[in-house]
Amino acid sequence: MKVGVVTFPGSLDDVDAQRAVGFGGNEAVALWHGDHDLRGVDAVILPGGFSYGDYLRCGALSRFSPVMTEVIAAAERGMPVLGICNGFQVLCESHLLPGALIRNDHRKFVCRDQRLRIENNRTPWTSAYAEGAEVTIVLKNGEGGFVADEPTLDRLEGEGQVLARYLDDNPNGSLRDIAGITNARGNVVGLMPHPEHAVEALTGAGTDGLGFFTSLEGLVEGAFA
Amino acid sequence: MPRVVVDVMPKPEILDPQGKAVLGALPRLGFVGVTDVRQGKRFELEFAGEITDAVLAEVHEMAETLLSNPVIEYYTVHVDEQAGTGAVTA
Repeated sequence: MKVGVVTFPGSLDDVDAQRAVGFGGNEAVALWHGDHDLRGVDAVILPGGFSYGDYLRCGALSRFSPVMTEVIAAAERGMPVLGICNGFQVLCESHLLPGALIRNDHRKFVCRDQRLRIENNRTPWTSAYAEGAEVTIVLKNGEGGFVADEPTLDRLEGEGQVLARYLDDNPNGSLRDIAGITNARGNVVGLMPHPEHAVEALTGAGTDGLGFFTSLEGLVEGAFA
Repeated sequence: MPRVVVDVMPKPEILDPQGKAVLGALPRLGFVGVTDVRQGKRFELEFAGEITDAVLAEVHEMAETLLSNPVIEYYTVHVDEQAGTGAVTA
């Protein structure tokens, strides 16, 4: 399986995401924000960082980069797309996911090992987890507060589109402790914590993030190319 | 130069941590009596020609697609009549 990882100007975790894709048994393909094609990949990851310097709003300028036109079209065909942190912000700005991410309610950048519950394991990015699995995945963000209006939040909960929820302390003021969501179809996933930083014991709290990169196993190669 | 101004503000129901930080700083500086602060963004768009209805319609489109995120923000558009006249507002 070929998994594209987009590099925007200001992306920070693209190389870590590529590495994690390899750990998951798939081949990482580097994609550039100025690309007009997805190089035949089967899935796409939008990595963390500060694309376009977070100018205007986090993810707002990235959303209009040439590669995003292709990512949006592929996502609408059903291609699995995972946005991590800044990538989650890009997916919300692209309207592939509902809601938005705003500045942390306590106004400080947060960086810590975060406990989460995986609430939806029916997506191509979370199928390796047991439903309700409690995991620890590092979190680092300044604008990670997930907000949406009440009807949208109710719909997300009612349709099982809440992918992961914060356990213990809510680190950023996210409404209903939401750490990650998926679209109605289940192929587009946005997550504020960083599973690509939780794939080897040497450099983190554990390997609980690996599941996001091994889950793609069941997919059919070339299905969305 | 004809100018159109777009003001973008966080919706009332959306938490504004930056506004809260400013609100917290004011009394420390001796400014009392302010009960709330909301912080937004102001865009000044310069045009070469006359500001027609078509131009304004396009500005609204810009505001909806790029300058604001309608999920969390609202915007207002007005023509800055003083632009280019050398007038200074206090």
